[in-house]
Amino acid sequence: MKPKSSLQLAPAAHRPARHDPLYVRILLIGAAVLVVGILVVIPVINVFYQAFGRGISGYFSALFGDRDTRHAILLTLIVAPTAVIMNVLFGLAAAWAIARFRFPGRTALTALIDLPFAVSPVVAGLMLVLIFGLHGYLGPWLRDHDLKIIFALPGLIIATAFVTLPFVARELIPVMEAIGSEEEVAAVSLGARPWQLFWRVTLPNIKWGLLYGVILCNARAMGEFGAVYVVSGRIDGRTFTMPLRVEKLMQEYDSPASFALASVLTLLAIVTLSVKVLVERKTRLDLAEASRLQAPGETT
Amino acid sequence: MMRVLPGFRSSLTLALMYLTAMVVVPLVACVATVSSLTFQEFWAAVWTPRARSAYALTFGASFASAAITSGLGILLAWVLVRYEFPFKRVLDALVDLPFALPTAVAGLVYSSLYVENGWLGRFLVPLDIHLAYSRSAIVLVLVFIGLPFSVRTVQPVLESFDVETEEAAHSLGATRWQTFWRVILPALIPATITGFALSLARGLGEYGSVVFVSNNRPFETEIAPQLIVQRLQEFHYREAASIAVVLLAASFTLLLVINLLERWSKRYEA
Amino acid sequence: MSISVRNLSKRFGNFLALDDVSVEVGEGELLALLGPSGSGKTTLLRVIAGLESADSGSVLYDDRDMTRRSARERNVGFCFQHYALFRHMNVFENIAFGLRVRKHKGQVVNDRVNELLRLVRLENLAKRYPAQLSGGQRQRVALARALAIQPRVLLLDEPFGALDAKVRQELRQWLRRLHDEIHMTSVFVTHDQEEAFEVADRVVVMNQGKIEQAGTPADVFERPANPFVMDFLGNVNVFHGRVQNGKAHAGGLEVDYPAYSADVSRPATVYVRPHELEIDEVPLGRTSLEAQVVRTNPTGSAVKVALVAVEFGIELQVELSFQRYAELRLATGDTVYVSPRKATVFVPEGAALDYAI
Repeated sequence: MKPKSSLQLAPAAHRPARHDPLYVRILLIGAAVLVVGILVVIPVINVFYQAFGRGISGYFSALFGDRDTRHAILLTLIVAPTAVIMNVLFGLAAAWAIARFRFPGRTALTALIDLPFAVSPVVAGLMLVLIFGLHGYLGPWLRDHDLKIIFALPGLIIATAFVTLPFVARELIPVMEAIGSEEEVAAVSLGARPWQLFWRVTLPNIKWGLLYGVILCNARAMGEFGAVYVVSGRIDGRTFTMPLRVEKLMQEYDSPASFALASVLTLLAIVTLSVKVLVERKTRLDLAEASRLQAPGETT
Repeated sequence: MMRVLPGFRSSLTLALMYLTAMVVVPLVACVATVSSLTFQEFWAAVWTPRARSAYALTFGASFASAAITSGLGILLAWVLVRYEFPFKRVLDALVDLPFALPTAVAGLVYSSLYVENGWLGRFLVPLDIHLAYSRSAIVLVLVFIGLPFSVRTVQPVLESFDVETEEAAHSLGATRWQTFWRVILPALIPATITGFALSLARGLGEYGSVVFVSNNRPFETEIAPQLIVQRLQEFHYREAASIAVVLLAASFTLLLVINLLERWSKRYEA
Repeated sequence: MSISVRNLSKRFGNFLALDDVSVEVGEGELLALLGPSGSGKTTLLRVIAGLESADSGSVLYDDRDMTRRSARERNVGFCFQHYALFRHMNVFENIAFGLRVRKHKGQVVNDRVNELLRLVRLENLAKRYPAQLSGGQRQRVALARALAIQPRVLLLDEPFGALDAKVRQELRQWLRRLHDEIHMTSVFVTHDQEEAFEVADRVVVMNQGKIEQAGTPADVFERPANPFVMDFLGNVNVFHGRVQNGKAHAGGLEVDYPAYSADVSRPATVYVRPHELEIDEVPLGRTSLEAQVVRTNPTGSAVKVALVAVEFGIELQVELSFQRYAELRLATGDTVYVSPRKATVFVPEGAALDYAI
């Protein structure tokens, strides 16, 4: 019997050359915990603490008792999913083109997808105002046809979609590149139609990456502030999304209500993180499975 | 060239159309609006003392926070990759929270933590440390927002760092500190620069959190995006667009420079 | 400087990597640790270097106990299997590293590095980065880097493992010449017996955390201590038989085995290397086996002939010189007679007496 060579050496963490003295470890771990504690944990706890400043009933009446707050929640539940759907369709198309084909301008296209990351959300909103606003390029035409984009739902959706545009594509491209096209080529050679290929081969392979892309995109869409702030015109009960409503309530010195609404958004972030942890575990398992399938018992 | 897989033309067309409508056209509209101004008008809009001070604050605060974040990123990545301790996975997951948390929420809570009777302000304000409604407040909230970028760019590089390279340094007589400083850190530089650029880009455009933690006072705590909003609310669209173009141009140039810097820092890779 | 390794044991989880190992490396000696993967040879090398700590036992340099010293304090030159060069430093800075961390003066560093660059013949590549070098060049940089700190011993882990056959051959000879020049106590790990025999003064064969045999290449090759060593050192034909009255029998084969003169027969195994078997067209008395030619393979320096022994039904490997091959004019299906010029017999300890062929 030959023992596996991987058993031969200690795990990297136990190599003497990598061993840091105990005081160094304690110091660094302590510093890291302190940093995350102050920057992340205390603020999150504080959100909930302040949200429940008026008790549980106060919390729920702040959320659902106020007509404008209810509307803000509803509006966000319309705007964010719509923007996400747009970006998912785009993300799938872009990832398919970029990860599966080589063509001139491919790098430029990838850079263009990243561009919204480098544009301030406020500038994004401004650009929409310059096009669709009353004094914008399309303003007079829209007015004549009685269409409203700025200070209305379409503006909110477009602004949100702009800011969250890269997320799905950025998540999918590396996933698809890592998986490679072998399975898809095999499916085509076996006579799969394009839609069969997508539903039966591609989608099952990328589903975890796609799920995380969607969740992340959604979290950012629901939380978007700057771009929406500019295009909303902040009409009470009409164009306030949840984050805008948070600010408005703060301006009105209704801090518990503001924090109550903020706590809902915080929960959303926590759910997003949990999905991320789950997806990462899933992908790790899938990858381990795949490499096990490819190299059964191979030792060098 | 033979393309075995279907859908190249349609997927590329869809992606290009969407990008054109969503990104290219708005950018062109913005530049077009500005180019309808004379240079004097443009200059008068973008180079007022108030605007200059807003640029200085935006870039200064973003730089400062990106630098701090880079340092913290290396610390956190190191601890998460190298050490085992209870609740490590929780700590690891928490690092991503700023990425998913709406910036307005971050701004809201940061603005209330550091005031005189806030949870942290009650200890800091008596020491004359004002981390609410000040320039430091802006830097602090940008550090929060940039944190995941620097940790997540450095972490994979540190994870894949070869044990033998460290053992080589050790057997050649380097102390642990010398090994870190001369061997490990240089290998982390390119990733650190990438993380720096990402936090910087995020910081330059950030609005949602900053409006909460800053009192938006001109010449003091007013950032450039805030100035754009201000001009918009006064219906000065062209001035707003001019400032936006300056901000965009500056951001793109900076990111380009950092990109080149990152490439230079990887010059040893074949 | 000499190295003494005494009673080292090392466990990784429930895997015993070193099992009470003791080795002596003499002053100026070039020693090879030879064994299959998982035999503990790399672990032994790393314990000698201080990159791994043993659970028990001790490591002495000359007569000083180094067991508790870190690799940093031991002042050894260690070459890693995958070189572990510093990617962001050029060749010059890689070699200079050990001197720089010891805070040597700039001029001293310059002189020493240039001297080493000459020694490993890389003077022209001082400004290159590791990524721009070939495998053989990287190995030489790694060696120069290890030598720069004027180590007391040189330890090399599979020094040629990652190179292609031709470069490997060149570097082997080069390493041997280098060793003859600088005469530094050196230990290298390899799984390639040819490499060990060609380069080393002495070879230590390891298996499952234990030392099977230690000796000069000729010693080990001519007189393998046990079946494992015999088997590990290259192809071998195995015949199961019995010993009695100073003779070993396996079917038609008869081999002298004076070590066992008892009258009671015991099972034994007879090992014959392919080049120690002879092929004849007619039987030469009792020591030959009838066999049929299965295929011939005239490649390399000798002709490899595969046969099936009629009596045993097992396949035999024989190596012939081209000249002998031409004389015999062998063809597939021919019946020939095979006889050993030399054979090695092992009698398993405490083997059951009723063992039958």
